[in-house]
Amino acid sequence: MVDEVTKKTLAQIPLLKTKAGPRDGEQWIQRLKEEYQSLIQYVKNNKDADNDWFRLESNKEGTRWFGKCWYIYELIKYEFEVDFDMPITYPTTAPEIALPELDGKTAKMYRGGKICLTDHFKPLWARNVPKFGIAHAMALGLGPWLAVEIPDLIARGVVIPKDAGAGDKS
Amino acid sequence: MATITELKARVADLERQLADALQTKSAPNRGKITQMSAEVVDSNPYSRLMALKRMGIVENYERIRDFTVAVVGVGGVGSVTAEMLTRCGIGKLLLFDYDKVELANMNRLFYQPHQAGMSKVEAAERTLKEINPDVEFEVYNYNITTTENFDHFQGRIKQGGIGGDKPVDLVLSCVDNFEARMAINMACNECDQKWFESGVSENAVTGHIQFLIPGETACFACAPPLVVASKIDEKTLKRDGVCAASLPTTMGVVAGFLVQNVLKYLLQFGDVSYYLGYNAMLDFFPRMILKPNPQCDDSYCKKRQTEFQAREATRPKVQVEITEAEVVHEDNEWAIEIVSETTADELAAAEGDQPELTKGVRVAYTTPAPTQGGDQDATVQDSGQSLDDLMKQMQGL
Ligand SMILES: [Zn+2]
Repeated sequence: MVDEVTKKTLAQIPLLKTKAGPRDGEQWIQRLKEEYQSLIQYVKNNKDADNDWFRLESNKEGTRWFGKCWYIYELIKYEFEVDFDMPITYPTTAPEIALPELDGKTAKMYRGGKICLTDHFKPLWARNVPKFGIAHAMALGLGPWLAVEIPDLIARGVVIPKDAGAGDKS
Repeated sequence: MATITELKARVADLERQLADALQTKSAPNRGKITQMSAEVVDSNPYSRLMALKRMGIVENYERIRDFTVAVVGVGGVGSVTAEMLTRCGIGKLLLFDYDKVELANMNRLFYQPHQAGMSKVEAAERTLKEINPDVEFEVYNYNITTTENFDHFQGRIKQGGIGGDKPVDLVLSCVDNFEARMAINMACNECDQKWFESGVSENAVTGHIQFLIPGETACFACAPPLVVASKIDEKTLKRDGVCAASLPTTMGVVAGFLVQNVLKYLLQFGDVSYYLGYNAMLDFFPRMILKPNPQCDDSYCKKRQTEFQAREATRPKVQVEITEAEVVHEDNEWAIEIVSETTADELAAAEGDQPELTKGVRVAYTTPAPTQGGDQDATVQDSGQSLDDLMKQMQGL
């Protein structure tokens, strides 16, 4: 089951309405606007809750997304690059979020550093097409993944702080 | 700095490796064979295949050379599939994959440790050409699901047949994820292209193949993904620490099923299975046919359904009635077990179209019936901002 915190977070992210993918011309522009509105609101919510944890942007066409996410563990900030392509089947299928730096460092990843999602992600996504967008994929997919995997990666010594002063940004 | 002794040892080691490499390369490479012969001599690679014709199993085996098959994904299932087709003397193969060979793949068939680091399509093409130089190859090292490659992929389906300017005869989906399957489904519905889907579950103990004829049988988007029940309780399935398991056995069985049905379809012998499942725990093989969903989410699927019905209407009624499998709105009568994380609320909302399935196959999850409007307050409202404004606002956060 999706934990209560994630559920609450999810409920506060604005839903989308346009069902359009990258091949749908004008409709896709409309969808992109909704994606950005929803993402902006989600980042604001995170800041208000003192839990700011990612930034994303896209190319002009909205087909390639990239940015950063970070996780604070024992007062040290660990930051990672995030990227993904918009599949032509979006929003019927969710984007496959990747953390390329961690490729090959954990078994909870597919090739290219794509994160391995829990069993409940796909059914939940499928039931909410086209209302869920990138912000939902981040909240439901990447957020919980970081919370479980990063402490483990740190404990195993696979992930180490990039520099001693990295804890005070943002 | 290395000492002279170390350098000498290194040279000796490299000389040994070179000698090994030269030896393996010196294997005889036969020339092309212009006509398949049924002559039983030990130098004829086709004699046992042509025997199928003599025995009356296949009417015209040589026709195999006229066919083109596109294999999407050349991993554990796709590589073996391509090898089987190559050995059978298929006319042309198109291979699509963006992955590289890794040592972690060595629990599966086909690839060899010395190929680690090579792109899978390139490694496969080399091996397959050596096995059978008569087969024509076209290989693409890219991801078909992205906007930059999808159009090219569709173009090759439409024009990749032998001699160009005609479509391939079949597309075989041997990918390992839902996104790529949906992309192939989209491409094949648009191109009106017959295709086979194949898959092995992430716990490695079930698999399936499915034959999809746009408009005539269910497309991949007509119903939620199907799952062959494995008698393993999803709740007890431990996924901590790993994404997926794999076995060369299950993958070999599925590749065998797939190519067997490809051959039956192309060479017109036996009955082609529309859906064939494999439960390795019980050695159980559910089989069925799935009709398309009139409310399918894919607009091209609905278009093909209309076209198919129009064709059927003009045809004299001699067809055997298929009584199984129609998409119906019904209760949970085949005890669909929703994935364990599903909440009661989600369950209640799950009342969408569900296909009628044979025993031992279920849907992975259900989706709600489409709703009109609703959720207005929770939905983003048009703020009048342009996309550029929004992009800048996001960057400025
Ligand atoms: Zn369909």
